Formats: sequence, C-alpha cells, structure tokens
Amino acid sequence: MGKLTIGCFASLVGSMSLDFAVRLAGTALDKGHKVDLWVSGNGTMLSIKGQRAFKDYSALEKPLKELMEKGLNVTACEACAEARGYHKENTLDGFKRHSMDWYLASSFDADRVLHIGGE
Amino acid sequence: MPTTKLGFIVQRAGYKSENPKLALTHAIASQSVEVYLNDGDIVTADIAFIGDGVLNCKKDQKAMDIYKLTSTETHIKMSLLLDLNVMVCKEDLDRFGMTENDIVLDAEEFGAELTVKVVPFAEITKMMEGMNHLLFF
Repeated sequence: MGKLTIGCFASLVGSMSLDFAVRLAGTALDKGHKVDLWVSGNGTMLSIKGQRAFKDYSALEKPLKELMEKGLNVTACEACAEARGYHKENTLDGFKRHSMDWYLASSFDADRVLHIGGE
Repeated sequence: MPTTKLGFIVQRAGYKSENPKLALTHAIASQSVEVYLNDGDIVTADIAFIGDGVLNCKKDQKAMDIYKLTSTETHIKMSLLLDLNVMVCKEDLDRFGMTENDIVLDAEEFGAELTVKVVPFAEITKMMEGMNHLLFF
C-alpha cells in the first residue's frame, strides 16, 4: 500500500474541490493507503468546528470526522487559519495545525502528491 | 542523501488570487522542513512562472503602498536569498510584451547570489521532468 498526500487550497463553501479531496481521501483509505490531507489558504475553512449542514452547501465535518477515525491525517496551515480568524479553540478535534513545511515533509515520502489549488 | 524534489508551477496572475503567494511561501518552507524529517533527508523546491503567472514577476510592485501587503516581488527575492531555483518562461513574457527589464531578476539588496532565470519553456519542461512531484498553483 502507498501513501497519498493531498493538498487542497479551495474553500469549503464556494467550491467543490474540498468535497472531491475528502471523498478521494476516503476512497484511498478504504483501499488501504495512508493519506495525509493538507489544507491551506481558503481550504483552512475545513478545520472549523460547528459547521452547520444545509442541503445547499457543502458540509464536510461529519464525513471528515469519520475519515479521521479511519486514520486520515489532516492538517491545516496555521498561519492561513489564523489570518482568517480560525483559532485553535475553534478547530475540530483531531485536526492538526502546523506551518507550511509540514506539507513539504509529508510530500517527502509520499508515493503521490495531489495538489488542488485554490479558486 | 534521500532527496525529494518539488516543482512549484505558478500559472496564475498575482493579487487576483492568493495562489501565487501561497506557491512562494510553501516553496520557501522547504528551508525549514528538516524539523519533520530524519537527519540527511532533504526536500528541494524549484519555482517556475508560466502563462499568466509570469505577471507575478513584474518589478516595482506597490503592494505595500496600496494593500499594506508584502509584495509577490519581495517573496521572489526571498526565494532567491534562500537559493531556490526561480525560472520564468520567456515565451510567456514575450506574449505580454515583457522583457527581462520588466521583471525582478535579482535580490542583491538582500545579499542573494542567485538570480531569476528567463528560459524557454522547453527548459522549464526539462526541470519539471526532473521533479518527484509537481504542484500547480
């Protein structure tokens, strides 16, 4: 089995790219791969807890928690989050926060890196 | 010495979106990645500006005056100071009627020894072929 590093810079609402990234992460985990998910820029919106699920907007807190229980390693860019007012106390349990070098370190031993840019 | 080479390809114009600046800040983060790795493991970052992305290299940017933000130009200079390989596509510069005189080429004021390389796209392709992973911004 391999290791997949996914970097996603797109926002939770206003783009479907994060939905795709989370679904892909789930599929890879189900196939037995190790998955690191890095969110940066507007993608850090994924880290906020208390997301309210509407039918018309992407809501990924529930599936994300399920994937984290399956072993998904998910980390947000701390600077990008802080710049947007997403503070540690508002971060989902288990959602890590690090500087950008974490993403590069994850890429170091990844078999594949899938980088999904922002809007 | 185990090395992973990352290629940061910037293809969007600056300021309209955050992508170009995030490309540069992530590339610059290659300088501190060792804290997460085993001794001797290395991650390198090469940066290439292509397509509309070459507009990020325009010199004399006034981002600090107008937006109160560090300019993309300054981030390019920081990349040079940190000895990152920075390439700019010549054909795309030509497409915008730009020359080397219009873009940031060095960071002498910071003490950087490396300079920006204006090269044909074929050379950027060659660089990309040598990377382990490519990240498009």
